[in-house]
Amino acid sequence: MRSDPADYELIAPGTLQAVVSLLAGEPGQWLPIAGGTDVMVLYAAGKLQSRKLVSIWNLAELRGIDVRPDEVTIGAGCTYTNLREHPVIAREFPLLASAARWTGGIANQNRGTLGGNIANASPAGDSLPALLAYEAELILVSLAGERRVPYLGFHTGYKKLRLAPQELIRAVCLRRSFSGYFHYSRKVGARNAQAIAKVCIAALGRLRAGATENTIDDIRLALGSVAPIPLRLTEVEQLAKGKSIQPQLVQRAKKMTAAAIQPIDDIRSTARYRTAVASNLVAEFLEQLRDQQKVL
Amino acid sequence: MTEEHIIGSSVPRKEGRDKVTGAARYIDDLSMPGMLYGATVRSQIPRGLIRNIAFDPQVDWSDFVSVTAKDIPGQNCIALIGDDQPCLANERVNHPEEPILLLAHPDRHLLRKAVDAVRIEYEPLPAIFTMEESERCAQVIWGTDNTFKRFLIAKGDLDEIWSKADFIVEGEYATGAQEQLYIENNGVIAAFDTEHGITVWGSLQCPYYVHKALMALCDLPADKVRVVQAETGGAFGGKEDYPSMIASHATLLAMKSGHPVKMVYDRLEDMTATTKRHPSRTRHRTAVTKDGTILGGEIDFTIDGGAYATLSSVVLSRGVIHAGGPYYWPSVRIRGKAVATNMPPHGAFRGFGAPQSLFAMERHMDRIAEAVGLSPVEIRRRNFLKPGQTTTTEQAIREDIDLGKLLDRALELSDYTAKKARFRQENPLGRSKRGMGIAAVLHGAGFTGSGERYLASVVAVEGCADGGVRVLVSSTEFGQGTNTVLCQIAAEALGISYEDVRIAPPDTNLVPNSGPTVASRTAMVVGSLVRSAALGIRQTLRAGGGLGESYSGEEFRQACRQYVAAHGELRSYAHYESPAGVFWDDQKYRGEAYASFAWAIYIAEVEVNLLTYSATVEDFVALQEIGRVLHPVLARGQIAGGVAQGIGFALYEKVVWQNGRMQNGQMTNYIMPTSADLPPIRVFFEEMGNLHGAYGAKGIGELPMDGPAPAIANAIAAALGTRFDSIPVLPEDILEAISARGEP
Amino acid sequence: MSQACEKRHQRELSFTVNGKLETVRIHPMERLLDVLRQQLGLTGTKEGCGEGECGACAILMDGQLVNSCLIPALQAADAQVITIEGVADDPEASALQAAFLQCGGAQCGMCTPGMILSASHLLRKQPAPTLEDIREALGGNLCRCTGYMQIFEAVAQAARPRTGR
Repeated sequence: MRSDPADYELIAPGTLQAVVSLLAGEPGQWLPIAGGTDVMVLYAAGKLQSRKLVSIWNLAELRGIDVRPDEVTIGAGCTYTNLREHPVIAREFPLLASAARWTGGIANQNRGTLGGNIANASPAGDSLPALLAYEAELILVSLAGERRVPYLGFHTGYKKLRLAPQELIRAVCLRRSFSGYFHYSRKVGARNAQAIAKVCIAALGRLRAGATENTIDDIRLALGSVAPIPLRLTEVEQLAKGKSIQPQLVQRAKKMTAAAIQPIDDIRSTARYRTAVASNLVAEFLEQLRDQQKVL
Repeated sequence: MTEEHIIGSSVPRKEGRDKVTGAARYIDDLSMPGMLYGATVRSQIPRGLIRNIAFDPQVDWSDFVSVTAKDIPGQNCIALIGDDQPCLANERVNHPEEPILLLAHPDRHLLRKAVDAVRIEYEPLPAIFTMEESERCAQVIWGTDNTFKRFLIAKGDLDEIWSKADFIVEGEYATGAQEQLYIENNGVIAAFDTEHGITVWGSLQCPYYVHKALMALCDLPADKVRVVQAETGGAFGGKEDYPSMIASHATLLAMKSGHPVKMVYDRLEDMTATTKRHPSRTRHRTAVTKDGTILGGEIDFTIDGGAYATLSSVVLSRGVIHAGGPYYWPSVRIRGKAVATNMPPHGAFRGFGAPQSLFAMERHMDRIAEAVGLSPVEIRRRNFLKPGQTTTTEQAIREDIDLGKLLDRALELSDYTAKKARFRQENPLGRSKRGMGIAAVLHGAGFTGSGERYLASVVAVEGCADGGVRVLVSSTEFGQGTNTVLCQIAAEALGISYEDVRIAPPDTNLVPNSGPTVASRTAMVVGSLVRSAALGIRQTLRAGGGLGESYSGEEFRQACRQYVAAHGELRSYAHYESPAGVFWDDQKYRGEAYASFAWAIYIAEVEVNLLTYSATVEDFVALQEIGRVLHPVLARGQIAGGVAQGIGFALYEKVVWQNGRMQNGQMTNYIMPTSADLPPIRVFFEEMGNLHGAYGAKGIGELPMDGPAPAIANAIAAALGTRFDSIPVLPEDILEAISARGEP
Repeated sequence: MSQACEKRHQRELSFTVNGKLETVRIHPMERLLDVLRQQLGLTGTKEGCGEGECGACAILMDGQLVNSCLIPALQAADAQVITIEGVADDPEASALQAAFLQCGGAQCGMCTPGMILSASHLLRKQPAPTLEDIREALGGNLCRCTGYMQIFEAVAQAARPRTGR
């Protein structure tokens, strides 16, 4: 353990109001810590910059999954286990449920939160491509009130978010408009459990009803670990939308994917590998989208 | 001949209850009054001169105890074999993380900060990091030519084989460093007082190695140094010689401070600063006839020893002796060398040179098969050693081993032929490709050649005042079952219940030196001595009239109690004696290298996913002939665990180096297999007995490390039609190989 | 840091460990792992990696399996914590202990406390787990000794009475 606990302050005000008051009063001074599965790793390595932390673990206002007819609102303090165990998430948002299942092991799933995954802003965050694919919106809260923003564009650069110093992520909203879509997600890591993603993909697609040419009616494609931020591949979506899923389209989609991403060589993998695998995953998604309709 | 009922049965692990209840106490669970914590300030550069050591004035150093090389009372070295490794760097450093200065303080956290507050100025010198740089003496960093040791095994006449050969097959094979990754990091507690001298408790394999090292370091006689093994959370060789280093450090701090000192590494320090498996490079050049028979060849085996000699000569020895595999070589030249680089010294890791050279041999056999146009099965069958033939060191195979039959059984267990045929059909069609791979290996247990005679192990067994029996050995338990097996043997020998036998803590004040717990020798060699010593106390009891020809458990207990009450002690010693007819020539490196060999055929089924390029082992058959299965559950556990490490060696565990320092020294980035990554490992045994092992047992601890990596590499090659001659094989490597072939 | 500064951050914290109410005086950012091991002398919970990868530090907190090396002590205030020392009182977990002994699930023993807690957490949620369920549930517990086979068998054996087979 390479940090001295005596050098750190951690307080737990106990209510959201108290926390946002603190953040408003001393902006940028207090690092929120929820389940701690990212923050505590940095801390143990002696790499945590912030000396003052405010616990937002188990704040009632941040827990709970609220299901309305059109929309599901997931408290930012929900853990991966909460996501896995919720029937509506499992049924209507399988990309998010599978991301929750991939993350760490059970012990880390019981502590890691959706809000924490977003706020940590790592391009390898397991749930982030799913949020992009589902066109999530975030509810941000501060002493001044709440605002609702699209998740797309929330990341401005590596580990940079459009989150003001006095703001907290309060909830993630998902519109219930994706039943009837084909959901595809994959995480490729160095091993089958407890791995940081080398590449991960979350994708949605729907074929035009009644058509025999496998024409794409709608498509969402998001990738993680292939750029400084999680990416929504809008160019590939535009290429594919309205087209029939033929081998040429798949090849073009692969090439366009390779061109759209900016992966790096790092301690875990290489840019070449990430590029090849990302393209392969996009291809597999398109092929499974095409074949899945045939099964019906 | 009585039938054995303790040997061969899965009696409860002696210390098992403590382990499953959390009562087992490992070093970091222990504490002493007035104890300080110790930490090490280490070199940040791979090679250079130490110009200055400065202490940041922001820290109040008055509460700290510090130790440098100047504080060493005896020799500044870790006494092992060549004694070239300093305990603390004095004027120069030769590898990253080399220890320079030690600090102690009551507060673990302040200690950590203090380590970071010591500023060392260096004058860097050019450093070398590869075997190739070392061989060509880009820099001379050790001795006159960077070479710690050389061996030559010469058998037969090489002159004619090249002209007689129908095929000359060449290949080069490489293995990377591998971290032992025991779940418990290295740790010790040391205490000193002028009356008793030094006492060290440690997570360690060899109490007497540490004892010897401390005597030299502190210039103290044997009876002023005491080493006690604590419960040890895994070792695999990584705690064979390294504990002498950490024990030396804690001892120096204890001596200087007058307080007990605990030093426990965190994962990052353990991974970056302590030993790993030696990287290797093997070159084969083999003369083969058109019917696939090996006429002879040359094998060039090189290992990277890191900055100091430590155990490299012994690793090299085992590597060269195993380099020819379980095959008949009419003539061969095996040249081995261990070379120096500016990396932390490499050390023992299960297999100890054999996994490296056997990886090459088994990959090369498949390559020979390909060249000659025979199957991997047939090429092996035609070259297997047979009883009466001699190994590369001209050791005659005296046991009735039929490797062809063993191979047949492994093929059947793995459904090899049918699967191969199926994969041939299915591979062209699918998104994944599957392959089967074979590895045939042998493993000599015990110390090589004259090693066991040199060790001169001693074991004691005593009858206790309460009527029980106690085994006294320096052999340690670290998960592999030492406590259990040695108690089984004593109980069986005496015909008493397993529950009546216990084992003394490995405390050098208490137990004789039964040798280090390495080389898969414990059950086989030490076990034999335990049996003898146990029989010795029975002989004493009978001679004294206290025990008849046959007796019940209660009668034995009673006889023990009475004898101890009357005489004060009932103890028998057994001393190692070399088996008759086992001769080894250290000069010519020829003769009986090991008293016995275990034999194994391992078969891997691997699937390569062409989307992610990852290789996964889908099924694994581990079939071995091991003399006698002393404890079925323990034996199976040893093989399964070793195979898991072998799978890691082949597919997952890569040490990323930069300027001689490990960059991925955390569990997130050094990838060992989880429960989700391993196939069912199917373990099967054959038992042919062993004249030289307790109850016919052969050593098995290291055997399972030899076969998995080449079996897997062979399977991947079969799946993809591309060779992989270097491990680990990562998905990134598979992608590169497929791309190089020009495939999409 | 001056003494005054140091004391300023220390707090009193109460929580229940293995059924017993404990009160400790600690810095709020002490790791729960260290509070258990050092303050309370419950050394059965181990540190293997300090980064939540190996699971050797796993405990149950309010019925949830968690890695105690990643929990700041303050967040354990008023929680119910079960460590390996408390497991003997729990029939499910003690069935696991017996099964581990019989099947060879513990070799060096270092991963064993976390493994048993992880397995008991699984059996509470899934009394009749398949091999795949067991494999997944234990994916966060690294074992270097066994190759996992005999651990899976131990868990399956401990589960058996529940399935009535």
